[in-house]
Amino acid sequence: MASPSTRSYHGCDKDSDGSKRGKLSVLIVDENVLVCRVHEMLVSKLKVAKELLTETATDGKEALDLHLSGSSFDVILMEMDLPIMDGPEVTKKLRAMGVKSIIVGVTSRDSKVDREAFMAAGLDVWLEKPLTAHKLKSVVEALEKK
Amino acid sequence: MERNNQLHRQVALMRQSLFDQGYLDEQFVQLEELQDDTNPNFVEEVVTLYYRDSARLVASIEQALDNRPLDFNRLDSYMHQFKGSSSSIGGRKVKAECSQFREYCRTGNGEGCIRTFQQVKREYATLRKKLEAYFQLARQAGPRDTASRST
Repeated sequence: MASPSTRSYHGCDKDSDGSKRGKLSVLIVDENVLVCRVHEMLVSKLKVAKELLTETATDGKEALDLHLSGSSFDVILMEMDLPIMDGPEVTKKLRAMGVKSIIVGVTSRDSKVDREAFMAAGLDVWLEKPLTAHKLKSVVEALEKK
Repeated sequence: MERNNQLHRQVALMRQSLFDQGYLDEQFVQLEELQDDTNPNFVEEVVTLYYRDSARLVASIEQALDNRPLDFNRLDSYMHQFKGSSSSIGGRKVKAECSQFREYCRTGNGEGCIRTFQQVKREYATLRKKLEAYFQLARQAGPRDTASRST
């Protein structure tokens, strides 16, 4: 059962940091609506951009369809276990399409083999669930290098 | 004023006991730290999503446990989701029972699954009851500076 993707916008009222990028768009892909909500809040607290746009998708096909319809994102938080099309498969397809987003694999699986397979699919980094602000910092660092 | 202070103390004590008795872990604190003036009810919002999600998953698992032969892959998939949700709100004991259930799925132990599922439901019901009481008291006490938090 696919749910419609949801989009939300966060703006920073204060702009005290001139080095912040203008906009950041993040796609959160997770079957669990609760997890999407938590990740959305975590991302909103990163404060790496003046404007933040987050969108969610609850299955792999939905994530792929968003890109096929022309959407693009700076960062994708991609859960490994997704209905219809799993995280590694979506990641491979996105990279084959030429998608250059930072793709962060997110998983609660503890198998090294699974994680390596996910990385090999085209991730920039993977993080273990549950996500925290501290773990997302590594994503921020990757962004800052870009 | 004194009554209000007393209520806030009660809320703090109730909150602390949830951690001390092992019902909640650090992840709950992460949720509290995400709450702010823009999203003042974020924790309760997420916990409410958890109840809804859990009801759906418990019903699915119950149905799957009625089928013969047991589909351990399907059961494991449902419990993986339940464990993920429980983990996201810091539900420590529920998460532990979910892990046990998944272990029984891995070894194809149907009796173990059925037995452990009762434990999962018990822990979930207890956690839900305690969280509902906590949020009810917190609403009664009203807003206060969150600096009084401690774990």
